[in-house]
Amino acid sequence: MAEKRENTYMPAGHRDAPEAAENDPRTAGGKPEVATPALGVKGMLRWAWTQLTSMRTALMLLLLLAVAAVPGSIFPQRVQDSFAVATWIEDNPGAGEVLDFLQFFDVYSSIWFSAIYLLLFISLIGCILPRAKKHWQQITSAPPRTPRRLERLPESGALELQSSSAGDAQDGPDAETALQDAAAILKARRYRVEVRETSVGAERGYLKETGNLLFHISLVGVLICVALGSMFSYRGQKILVEDESFVNALVAYDNFYPGAYFNEDQMQPFSVSLDAFERVFDRESTTHFGQALDFTADVTTRLGADGEPQTEELKVNQPLTMDGARVFLVGNGYAPEVTVRDGDGEVAFSGPVITRPDDGVYTSMAVIKAPDASPEQLGFVGLFLPTSQDAGDGLAVSVDPELGNPELQLNSYYGDLGLDDGLAQNVYVLDTESLETLNSRELDAGGIVLSPGETYDLPEGMGSISFDGVKDYIAIDIHYNPAQQGVLIFALTALGGLVLSLFLRRRRAWVTVETTPAGRTLVRYGLLSRGEDFKIRDENIALRTQFEKKWPVRAPEKES
Amino acid sequence: MQSINMELAQYSELFMLIAGFIYTGAFMLFAVDMIRSSATIRRVEAELAAENAAERTLVSYGAPADNPGTGEPEAAPAEELVDEEMAYLGTRRPFANVAVALTVLGVAAHTFAVAARGIAANRVPWANMYEFLTTSALVVAAVYLLVLTRKDVRFLGTFALGLVVTMMAAATMGFPTPVAHVQPALQSPWIAIHVSLAVLAISLFTLTFAMNVLQLIQHRRELSQAAGETTRRSGWQFLRLAPSATSLENWAYRMNAVGFVFWTLGPLITGAIWAEETWGRYWGWDVKEVWTFVIWVVYAGYLHARATRGWTGNRAAWLSIIGYGCIIFNYAVVNIYFPGLHSYAGLPE
Repeated sequence: MAEKRENTYMPAGHRDAPEAAENDPRTAGGKPEVATPALGVKGMLRWAWTQLTSMRTALMLLLLLAVAAVPGSIFPQRVQDSFAVATWIEDNPGAGEVLDFLQFFDVYSSIWFSAIYLLLFISLIGCILPRAKKHWQQITSAPPRTPRRLERLPESGALELQSSSAGDAQDGPDAETALQDAAAILKARRYRVEVRETSVGAERGYLKETGNLLFHISLVGVLICVALGSMFSYRGQKILVEDESFVNALVAYDNFYPGAYFNEDQMQPFSVSLDAFERVFDRESTTHFGQALDFTADVTTRLGADGEPQTEELKVNQPLTMDGARVFLVGNGYAPEVTVRDGDGEVAFSGPVITRPDDGVYTSMAVIKAPDASPEQLGFVGLFLPTSQDAGDGLAVSVDPELGNPELQLNSYYGDLGLDDGLAQNVYVLDTESLETLNSRELDAGGIVLSPGETYDLPEGMGSISFDGVKDYIAIDIHYNPAQQGVLIFALTALGGLVLSLFLRRRRAWVTVETTPAGRTLVRYGLLSRGEDFKIRDENIALRTQFEKKWPVRAPEKES
Repeated sequence: MQSINMELAQYSELFMLIAGFIYTGAFMLFAVDMIRSSATIRRVEAELAAENAAERTLVSYGAPADNPGTGEPEAAPAEELVDEEMAYLGTRRPFANVAVALTVLGVAAHTFAVAARGIAANRVPWANMYEFLTTSALVVAAVYLLVLTRKDVRFLGTFALGLVVTMMAAATMGFPTPVAHVQPALQSPWIAIHVSLAVLAISLFTLTFAMNVLQLIQHRRELSQAAGETTRRSGWQFLRLAPSATSLENWAYRMNAVGFVFWTLGPLITGAIWAEETWGRYWGWDVKEVWTFVIWVVYAGYLHARATRGWTGNRAAWLSIIGYGCIIFNYAVVNIYFPGLHSYAGLPE
């Protein structure tokens, strides 16, 4: 397999693709593969450039890119879950720090991953440019000159035409006419044709190379658009409880991730408010009972400060587009409404509490902080169960995602919640280590169990907590990426280019005519494919059939 | 949402089993045909010898008319048992023929099973691992049959059917999943396009995987043959009924090219479009996305390797095999063990 094979396909125009040199009979033998590096800085640079833009290097970089992408699927990535990364490093002291230093938790923005793809793209551009220039020259110039010996081409044939002057039954065309006929036939077969003195040169399938170039240029386009997108885009998250409104402004976000060149002025002025939320669960299946089937958020949107309010449906696969920004429904849950009164009887907290569903039956984590309570700050940690049921031993679990028997199961704490020192805290986590426990299953007071409408008085006169009702909430993601369309367009042109370059055939054909001593016209033709061509034999047969239809061909002389 | 037709769903499961058993039968017969290769070869050689004797008396009548080129008759070497273009040469292989007939039967039962599943659930039948595997197996078998109508790829039967049986067994034993509606994220028209293109691409890659493995084995045989070792007694006789390594490589390449286009459009482009619509970003390096990208790059490397000196032949074949290994990994390991957004395996917890 190491030897040269005929008609081998050469997809991309990298420098050592044996391409034309090997397939072209005129330069059979080829040039030496790699030139010895010349001395001097200039020579070294040129040598390095040649190496970088060689097909072999490109292939290596490509394979390296595949290998380098893999760690990103093995280790948690900050782009997805920075919390998981922190946990991983904590669980694996030593290895965690080393891997973090080596950017294994930010693989796709790491120096080494970037280096590989940037080198790959430089190599690619270094190939495309000379190749595009060459292709342009070929498109704008005539088909290559006729080789002297057509019979040495991979596919060739000869036809001797009848001539009445040589005593044949029919009279075929003379050499000049035959040449014109051959040119017409080739033209009809969509070849570009040039008629020369005693021969015709033809070539077809230029679009194959055009497609090849288009594919690679489009990849550069995709990369540029991805880069532009990461500069000028922004994305953020917001949790929206029923009847709440969100206005697209920096302060309104729970989380916000701006691009490098993000400017607050570019934020589209729009608002979204949640009017109602509906969940549908499977109530028929025995095996998938309670599986989520549909989530629908009825929202009212308003474009601009004084735009007309519009009611719209926001669903999982149905984002809203607001002046270029897109709003996605990415999550939902229950927000029990709770009122906490302190020891003085004053309201220390009142409102819906966002709980985080943990499973398919919406067993949800609830954390309530009441730092304004006096004499002691109050905190609550526990579960919200949409349909609570006793699992025996007094432990309740949720058995259904819908509100069948909603219950709050809480522990309560008092002490310094640590909110006063100004450090940012996770709203969904309460560090109970430095707090005194008031209620828990382990204590005599027991845990707090509340149904809607119920109130529980805390021990030691610390106050009370009441469960007033349940609201729904949705989690929405807001994305704005002006380069996204560009990525799609370039991806599609890349696909188009790929199809052209893989499935079109680039072929050259030559026809020569001469008059034999007997006065007959001898037509020779030869075919050469540039790149992989499994059907060149078919082309030969088709061409010959057309020639034979056009001219009275003399039966080949019997071989002795 | 329309109720699930449980009766039809049960028929689907029954026919899935039936199809699996028929495929197993076909696989066994293909294997028997493979084992009996030497007998087939002896018979074909005897026929060829007789033909040659007859031809020698005919040769004075002139060259065959359909011979292109300069009109010189092309004498086929007598020892050529297969056509490089994999055309049918009229070789009688009764066991293989029954195996093909069984495969047709299996595909019929299988088609019913897959269609019934889709109709029962009122959606496309490829929304969890079980359905993805059974549909992929159907496409592999159907594509194999389709190729059989034009090319003599009976030599591939043991490998293709072996993979189909493996897929069916893995689906029905490894990931049995009762029919159900799908979660909201999967309720999109894109599932029909995105996943079906992935299925098509994977089916093609499955067949080329078999061909590339065969290519490597064939290449070894060709090397030892060139070194003068006789393969009459040693080596695998069935390889003499398979095309040359170069021919296998070329055919695998042609199919891989189509598979690569499907992979680009399906998992990559439509996947990104759908991801933008559901998750709000077209690419987020989710585990599944990482591996989709890795597979794409490996097959892109394969296509380039075919144009790089020193990388054609065996090395290219290895790249294609590695690419298929990544597909298996992406399917089996990533779905089950790696947490990610694509956790749609539908596996019981």
